[in-house]
Amino acid sequence: MTTLEASSPLAARQAVVVRWLAVAWSWLFLALLLVFFEVWARAAYDTSFLLNRFNIQSITLFAVAPLLLALGQTLVIISGGIDLSVGFTMGLAAVICARLMQWLDPALGPELSLVIGILAAFAVALIPGLTNGYLIAWLGVPAFIGTLGMYGIARGTGFLAAGGTTVPVRNEYLAFLGNDRILGIPVPVIITILVVLLMHYVLSQSRFGQYTYAIGGNREAAIRAGINVKRHTMAIYVIAALCAAMSGVLYTARFSAGAAQAGEPLLLDAIAAVVIGGASLFGGSGTIIGTVIGALIIAVIQYGLVFINVEPFWQFVAVGVVIIISVLVDQSRSRLTGAHQEDR
Amino acid sequence: MKATPILSVEGLSKRFGGVHALEQVSFELFPGEVLALAGDNGAGKSTLIKAISGVYRPDDGRILYKGEPVAFDNPRQARDLGIETIYQDLALADNLDIGANVFLGREPLRRLFGLLPALDRKRMRQEALQAIETLDIEIKRLDVPVRTLSGGQRQAVAIGRAIYWKAEILIMDEPTAALGVPEQRKVRALVEGLKEQKVGVIFISHNLGDIFAVADRILVLRRGIMAGIRRTADTDADEIVKLMVGG
Ligand SMILES: Nc1ncnc2c1ncn2[C@@H]1O[C@H](COP(=O)(O)OP(=O)(O)OP(=O)(O)O)[C@@H](O)[C@H]1O
Ligand SMILES: [Mg+2]
Repeated sequence: MTTLEASSPLAARQAVVVRWLAVAWSWLFLALLLVFFEVWARAAYDTSFLLNRFNIQSITLFAVAPLLLALGQTLVIISGGIDLSVGFTMGLAAVICARLMQWLDPALGPELSLVIGILAAFAVALIPGLTNGYLIAWLGVPAFIGTLGMYGIARGTGFLAAGGTTVPVRNEYLAFLGNDRILGIPVPVIITILVVLLMHYVLSQSRFGQYTYAIGGNREAAIRAGINVKRHTMAIYVIAALCAAMSGVLYTARFSAGAAQAGEPLLLDAIAAVVIGGASLFGGSGTIIGTVIGALIIAVIQYGLVFINVEPFWQFVAVGVVIIISVLVDQSRSRLTGAHQEDR
Repeated sequence: MKATPILSVEGLSKRFGGVHALEQVSFELFPGEVLALAGDNGAGKSTLIKAISGVYRPDDGRILYKGEPVAFDNPRQARDLGIETIYQDLALADNLDIGANVFLGREPLRRLFGLLPALDRKRMRQEALQAIETLDIEIKRLDVPVRTLSGGQRQAVAIGRAIYWKAEILIMDEPTAALGVPEQRKVRALVEGLKEQKVGVIFISHNLGDIFAVADRILVLRRGIMAGIRRTADTDADEIVKLMVGG
C-alpha cells in the first residue's frame, strides 16, 4: 500500500497548533482586554468593569451597528471581495425609513407606517446590493472599484433624500425597538443576536456557506463544480446590503432620526472586525464567531478607553494596532500551513 | 473480438477566429483503455479535451458516448454522464478539506435537530476517504485544507473525486507536470488502478516516459490535425517525436 504522508508529521502538527492559535488568539485577546479594564476599574475607581450591567449594555449596544455591517462583510470577504458601500447603504436605509414613517404616520398611524418604513429600508438597500452584485459578478468590475462607486452614489442619494440634514421621526413602536429592554437585554442586541445565529448557520452549515468558501478559495474550481458563481456572488452582496439596512433601521430606532452619515465611521470598524476575527482579505477563510469576537474587541477598546478616561483619540491608535497584529497572525498562519498568498 | 467503444470522436473541428485549433480529429476510446495525447505546445491537446468535456462546443464533427451522440452545453452535463475531467490546475478549492472537495457542488445534507438542513461533513469525509483508499493511497488527516497536501495527494483527491462520482471516462491534462519523480510514479500507479476499474482514460502529457509507461495507444496532434495514432506496443519514442514535429 502506498502511503502518502501529510508533507511531514512535524509540519502537520505545527499547522494544527497554528490554526488553533489563529482562532484562539482573538478570544485570548478579548479576555485580556476585559481583565485589563477590570483590574484598572478596581484599582482606580474601586468598582467592577464587567459586573456592571450598564457597562455590558453599553458595550453590546455599541457593537450592534458595526457588527451588523461586519456580518454581511464577512460573507463578502470570504468570497474574495470587499464591500465599501455598506456604510452609506446603512445611512440611506436609515434616512428612507425615517422619511417614510414621518410622512405616512398622519395618514396610516404608527403601526402601519412602521412596517412600511422598515420594509422600505430593506427595499432601498436592494438597489446598491443588486447593483454591486451585477457589476462584480457579470461585468467583472473589481469589488473594490465597483463598491467604491456605490459608496459615492449611496452617500449622495442618502444626503439628497435627507435634505442635507437628519430626519427626525416619532413613533412609539420604533422607540421600543431602539431603546427598550427584554429581560434586561436591549432590543437591538437581541435582534443582532438573532441575525448572528442565522448567519452562523448559513455560513457553517448550509451549501450556500460552503460555496462562499469555495468561491473565495478557487473561483475556477467552484465554476467547474457546477456552482452558479455569478448568482451566488450577487446574493452575497445583496445580503451585505440587507445587513446594512438592518443596521440603518436600528440606528433610526435608537436615535429617533435617520441620518445619511449614520454608517460613515462604521465601515472601517466593520472591515476591521472581520479581519480581527480571522478572515483573510485574500478570501477563502473567516467565520461569523470570529467576526463577533472582532466586533466585541473593537467595542471593548472604544468603550473601555473612555471608561478609564483616556483621550478618545487613543481608540483609533489601539484599534489600528489590533488590526495590524491580526493580519500578522494571519500571515504567519498561512506561512506555517504552507500556503503562499500568491496561490490562493 | 471488438468491444464497443465508450467514446467515439468523429471529425471534430474547433476554430478560434482564424486559428484552426482542431481539424477533423477522430478516434475511439474503449473501457479500461488509456489513451495518451501527445503534441507540441499549441498542437490542440487542451482544446480537444475541452471539446469532449463540454467546455467548448465543437464547430464540426460529433461525439458519441456509449454509441449515443451527445452535445454538452457545459462541463456539468458531461460530468453528470460520467465524463470527469482533471484540469492542469486540478480545480481543487485549496481552503477546503478533502471531503468538501470531493463533494463540491453535490454536498449531502443531514437534519440538524431533526429540522434544519445542514452539511453532512462526517459522511463527506468518510466517503471521500473510501474513494481515496480504493486508489491505494493513504491520507492521514482528513480535516485539513487540501493546500497542506503534497502534489501527489492532491492529484489523488482529484482522481478520488472522479471515481466517487462513478467516472466512466477520466480526462487528465498533464497530471504529472507539477510533480516530483516519486509522485509521478504514484500517479502512474493511480492510472493503472483506473484501468483495472474499467475506466477509460485520456491523458495529455509532454513526458514520453509517462506515455510509454501507462498508455495503450498514443494519439499525436500537430497544429490541430491528427499526425497519427499508434499502439504503444508497436511504436517507439523516435516515431512519436517525428510525428509531433513533422517530417
Ligand atoms: N480560448 C482560445 N481562444 C483563442 N485561441 C485559442 C484558445 N484556446 C486555444 N487557442 C489556440 O488554439 C491552439 C491550440 O491550443 P491548445 O491549448 O489546445 O494547445 P495544447 O496542445 O494544449 O498546448 P500546450 O501543450 O501548450 O498546453 C493554439 O494555437 C492556441 O493559441
Ligand atoms: Mg494545454
